[in-house]
Formats: sequence, C-alpha cells, structure tokens
Amino acid sequence: MKCQTCDNPATVHLTDIVNKKKRELHLCETCARERNLIPEQPGPQIDLKALLSLLTTPHAPGSTGAEPRPEPVATACEICGMTVAEFKAAGRLGCPHDYESLRSTLEPLLERIHRSMAHAGKAPRAVRVRDWKKQMQVAVAAEDYEEAARLRDLIRRHEA
Amino acid sequence: MNLDSLLPNLGEWLRGTGPESDVVVSTRIRLARNLADLPFATRATSAHKTEVIGRAKDALAKSDAALKLEYIDIPSMAALDRQFLVERQLISRELAGGLDGPRGVAFDPTETASVMVNEEDHLRLQVLRSGFALDEAWQDIDRLDDALEHRLSYAFHTQFGYLTACPTNVGTGMRASVMLHLPALGLTKQIDKVFRALQKINLAVRGLHGEGSRAFGDLYQISNHVTLGKSEAKILGEIREVIVTILQYERQARGAIVKERRQAEHDRVARAIGTLGSATMITAEETMELLSAVRLGIHLNLLDGIPVTAVNQLFIHTQSAHLQKLAGHNLDGEERNSARAKYLKTKLRELGSHK
Repeated sequence: MKCQTCDNPATVHLTDIVNKKKRELHLCETCARERNLIPEQPGPQIDLKALLSLLTTPHAPGSTGAEPRPEPVATACEICGMTVAEFKAAGRLGCPHDYESLRSTLEPLLERIHRSMAHAGKAPRAVRVRDWKKQMQVAVAAEDYEEAARLRDLIRRHEA
Repeated sequence: MNLDSLLPNLGEWLRGTGPESDVVVSTRIRLARNLADLPFATRATSAHKTEVIGRAKDALAKSDAALKLEYIDIPSMAALDRQFLVERQLISRELAGGLDGPRGVAFDPTETASVMVNEEDHLRLQVLRSGFALDEAWQDIDRLDDALEHRLSYAFHTQFGYLTACPTNVGTGMRASVMLHLPALGLTKQIDKVFRALQKINLAVRGLHGEGSRAFGDLYQISNHVTLGKSEAKILGEIREVIVTILQYERQARGAIVKERRQAEHDRVARAIGTLGSATMITAEETMELLSAVRLGIHLNLLDGIPVTAVNQLFIHTQSAHLQKLAGHNLDGEERNSARAKYLKTKLRELGSHK
C-alpha cells in the first residue's frame, strides 16, 4: 500500500471513528512524523508496566510463566481508592497518599528503578525548618552554642 | 500573550551562545511537583484540575521569581499554536494533545522558564539555558521552585521526597537533560559505543524527535534516570562528568575528520548547502540532516558567511508549525515541503556566499 501523501510505501496505518464513521489513514513514516502522528519515543527506558507485573505477580514454584496467575489481593488507598491492580494497569498513582497505602508494592519497585528507597535531596522550606529546629535542640543539649546560634539564624532567615 | 511575537526569536534553546555551544545546544532541568491535598491526574476530576490551575496562577502572580511568567490556557488554543509551543520546547507533546481537561502553561517572553500545569503531575517546572549550563539552570529552577512552594503546599514525604504520579520521578522530581549536537561521532560510527556506555551508568539517551541510534540532525538529549536516593547536586555532577567526556570524544572525532578526510567532508557540507539552497520540496527530517552537516562545516571552518545562529534559526523556522505560522495559515504535508524549500532558498540567498 502506498502513502496517501507521497509514493513511498505506507508503514503507519491509523483508524479512528468520528460520529460513527470510520476514517483510515495510510502514511509513510516521514509523512506521519510531519503530521506529528508518531509519538516521541524515549530511548531505552524502564518499562514500568513490565516491571510492575514482574514484581507483583507471585511466582508459583515450578510454574512456566505461561499459565494465568491469580491477581494479588489489592489494598485500596483509603483516600483515592487506588488498588495495586489499577496501579499495575495504569502505571500511575492516584494521589500522594498511595505512597503509604501501597508502600509494600512501591518499595521493591523503587529499589529496582532507583536502587534506593530514601530521598537524599531538597525538601520544602517547612520541612527544612522543622529539621533545623530538631538539630538546634540537639546542639543546645550538647552545649554547642555556636552551632545552635547558626541554626537559629538559619531558621529566622527561612521563617521570615 | 500573542504567540506570533515569539516567531522572530530564536528561543533560548537555539540561541547557540552558551558555554561549549559548538557541541552543547542547550541545557534543560525540570522539576515535577504536586499539591499535597489533591489527587494526581489519574484520579483528578475537571474540578480538581481547575483548582490546581487556580492555585498555580495565584502562586505565579504573587511570587517574585515567577512574576514574568504569563499563563496560557491550552484547551482554548489552536492546534497549530500548541504545536508551535512544542517546537519551542516550552510544552510537552502530552500537554499539547495527549491529555484532556483543564491544563495550561506559564512561561516568560525570553522562553527560559515555563511551568506546565496539569501535565502528568500538577506542576512541571522547567528552565532552559543555551549551551552547557547545568549550574545556572539549577539555580534558576531552585529559585522558581522555592518561590512557588512559598505559596503552595507540595506533596512531600520524609522517606520518598517529592511525591509524583509516576514512581520513576519520585524523590527529587528532577530530570536534567543536555542536548548535544554529535555529528562527528555519528560520522565516525562511534555513537553506539557512547550510548552503550551511557546506559551502563543509568543515563537515558534520546533524539530530539525520535528514537534509534541516529537521531534526526545528530541531536541527542542525555538525561538522568534516577531521581531518588541522590541529591540534586550529585545527579547534576554525574551528568556534568559524562557530558565533559562526550564533549572530548566529539571534538576528537571532529579533529580526526579534518585531519583524515577534510576534502570529502568539505564536499559533503557543500552538497548539503547546495541541496538546501536549490531543492523545491524538502522534508523536515532531510532539512535537519543537511543543517547538521552545515553546522559541523561551520565548526570545522569549511564554510564562512553563515553564522551558527542563522543555522539555528533555519532549524527552528523549518519545523512544521513554525512554517505555518510564518505562512499565516495551515499547510498540508506537500505544501509544507514546498514552503520549507522556498524559505530555505530565500534565507540562504540572503546569507550570501560560502566557500
């Protein structure tokens, strides 16, 4: 089949249905790209769905991997209702609380993706101030008044 | 904001003036942020998304660091204008067309900073810098992030960091990417070796408009995979180290080309200019490939009379939406190829002589 806009062989075939009418489009890759019909593909990246399926499917001893497996029992998030099965299907979480409610699923997943389960970067101002206050109390208890003063100034600057 | 006013600009990412700009086209850092008390996109209703927009606009209006950012609604924008913003690297393809519901983008007229609202995450902050400028880009985005966080309550977890809709972004929420022009590594068949090495150290590589070992126009984006367990400074440091090495490889390869096959390369560059200046129909891909040869020719001193900024301008203005904006109306595929050839011919004639 030839491309509808040039004479190259058509390699991209699109079908959509608008008002119950089927429309077909047959294009070569160049014309499809021209019309932005080929989504931008990242390079080799983590296939989250494949990884999820690997991590959340229980391995029966001696199984070949070809037989159907039971879905894991879903723990739904009490805020948004997201279940493990839904997360597996969508690859996206439903709300911030899912990180707590689906923790047992997420922790091994994070370990596989990031090789870590603990944040080591920036924190919001309120969190930083709270941590400095704790550190200041420790410094005062240890009679390290220089460090306590430094932290006090830091807290004042960020609370202003 | 009238988008037509952006048309004469090059846009930050193609300014071609930053550090190491013979190889590094641009630096981009983005931060994914979500509001603590609202569901992510998969669970958000239209009302939730409208609420996100309202809060984001309020924070942008009241934050010193974000005062110059102007919010534009995406659903009410013409498809051509959305594509124009994608080509300008100000919004993602997803925000332009892959998503539905209330969403938008705020950006400044210099096109260095943008905030996408209701993309995969509630907010996607982005800073673009010409050339190799990871530290400057980080300072800019850190300041913008702090300014917005002053007015908004972000979803943050002491163990997991900034919470995101996809676990691949959790922690710092940071994706830092550097766009490189690597024609010599492509010509000397060393590009695959570089890619394999990058994947081993957990960095992602992709082209500007696609996958595969040779991206269109020899443009490659290198970015971090890991967002959790490392500080922003450490992630940026690791990328910096790798880019410095690739810079050396590319420059060595350029040196080898000049030393071993100057005449053949000069011929290739001259033919590229010839085709660009005389074709009557030309696709965006072919244009990018030929402009890549021209850009290399300039850096190898095989051409004169054509500044790099002019090549960058040809590169951006021959993209599909830009061409149509310049024409003032929509063009189909064939019309675009014809308009692109005509535009190139006119511009190259204006630029005049070359060796």
